[in-house]
Amino acid sequence: MLKVDSLRKRYGDLEVVRGVTLQVAPGTCFGLLGPNGAGKTTTLRCCLGLTTPDSGTIELAGVPVPERAREARARVGVVPQFDNLDPDFTVTENLVMYGRYFGLSRRECEAQVERLLVFAGLSDKARASIESLSGGMKRRLTLARAMINNPQILFMDEPTTGLDPQARHLVWDRLKTLLAEGRTLILTTHFMDEAQRLCDRVAIMDKGVIIAEDAPHALIDREIEPAVIEVYGDGIEAWFETAGKRYSERSELAGDTAFCYCHDPSPLLKSLEGLGELRSLRRSANLEDVFLKLTGRDLRD
Amino acid sequence: MTDADTRMERLGNASQPPVDRWRFLHVVHRNYLVWRQLLGSALVGHLADPLLWLVGFGFGIGSLLPTVGGLTYLEFLGSGMLCYSVMNSASFEALYSAFTRLKHQRTWEGILHAPMTVTDIVVGEWVWAALKGALSGAAILLVMAGLGLIKSFAALWLLPIVLLVGLAFSGIALVFTALAKSYDLFTYYFSLVVMPMMLISGVFFPAEQLPAVVRFAGNLLPLSHATALARGLAVGAPLDHVFLHLVVIAIYAGLGLVLADRLIKRRLTR
Repeated sequence: MLKVDSLRKRYGDLEVVRGVTLQVAPGTCFGLLGPNGAGKTTTLRCCLGLTTPDSGTIELAGVPVPERAREARARVGVVPQFDNLDPDFTVTENLVMYGRYFGLSRRECEAQVERLLVFAGLSDKARASIESLSGGMKRRLTLARAMINNPQILFMDEPTTGLDPQARHLVWDRLKTLLAEGRTLILTTHFMDEAQRLCDRVAIMDKGVIIAEDAPHALIDREIEPAVIEVYGDGIEAWFETAGKRYSERSELAGDTAFCYCHDPSPLLKSLEGLGELRSLRRSANLEDVFLKLTGRDLRD
Repeated sequence: MTDADTRMERLGNASQPPVDRWRFLHVVHRNYLVWRQLLGSALVGHLADPLLWLVGFGFGIGSLLPTVGGLTYLEFLGSGMLCYSVMNSASFEALYSAFTRLKHQRTWEGILHAPMTVTDIVVGEWVWAALKGALSGAAILLVMAGLGLIKSFAALWLLPIVLLVGLAFSGIALVFTALAKSYDLFTYYFSLVVMPMMLISGVFFPAEQLPAVVRFAGNLLPLSHATALARGLAVGAPLDHVFLHLVVIAIYAGLGLVLADRLIKRRLTR
């Protein structure tokens, strides 16, 4: 569905994408993860033919991009990072007008409106103005709008950023429906639980290159010890230096929380006994651990 | 064939892209639909505004003046206002409204995610702003006819001409829109480009009494040529160099479009 080979893109002195190669199989969900400024959005823009890479090749929906980008985009749906619904139109008018850009007739667009509104859970908002919609509703409408051309592939740039938990779960549910219909999903996200939940494969990108790529659980198994214990409270530094480092295979003190990764957590838990001022949380390893291990804890603003 | 195969087949039957040359009409259509919602106030603006100006200034100042180049002041002013109004209306649309769609509403970004190109958008906006300008011009023509100022049916030639004038000013305006970081630039454009151009192009008073240098500058700008055409065709002033007038206006229209297309492409697809 999507094949990218040795993609490079430079803006002035800064090479934002430095040799990205990836492949997305039909009917799967692919997640592109990475801190701010990692080059995710630029990569997506190149794939859609919205910006021309300095070098590398892209094939989307069977055609080369950017050479035949328009043809590719006719088979693709896009959910952008920032909502760009048309504020001068109602919900229905937004869907119909967008279909017109794909060369669909008014009748063809109108025939789809009801189905798309049901899909987006907006059936009772058909005539509502965009202004009156909540953030979650706007996102769902944007998703429905991206479906107007019945696309094989959907590109989503941070589809749930800024949504409350209820709204996020609803969007996830809809994305799963799309996957079950055989469509291919390509998304970028900052939310590791989102990637873990939805994606068949994820690629972690940092400073313009992909530093790891695999199925989420495979990445977790490969990179992180099975048990994770977070310890925090007064006296954490002393405990960390004496016991924390010793009883874990890998450990890290970030702020006032110690992260201890190990196979057998019992000696470590034992060392905490009787230390009432320290609190601990035992959990299993997740994608966020992988992400932080590979990209570091430094802020990227 | 497996279930998944048939499903992919069905998904693959997405629509074919429309015929290339006319894709820009989707953009014109979108803007038209939005404009239609505000039809009432738009038409009042198009008709009432020039009517008040013409009646107020034309009769008010006109009664104090002798004829201007063989025309009553009302005739002189009417044909000048016709062009001024086309310029104003096309410029406003291609500056403020287009910039809103470019930056604040991200409308163009959304359109680009469909199988449309930057050129489709730029041509669509160019034509749309010109149509709005032409509509303003046509409204003034109607008001002038109502006041009995129109001398012959030759005035009908002004309908295609105001569209061309609209294309010239929307082309120039789109260049500024492409360069703008905020609306502030447009204030400068109106005070430093539009206003001076208006003063030296014979809109409210004849350019003949201006210094030669200023008159020469006026002749390089599209508004003076538009005014000459309007004055000749609408109220029967002497008219020569018709072809030259049309060519100057057309050059501005064409150059504006090409430059705007290039700049907006650079801005949106970098």
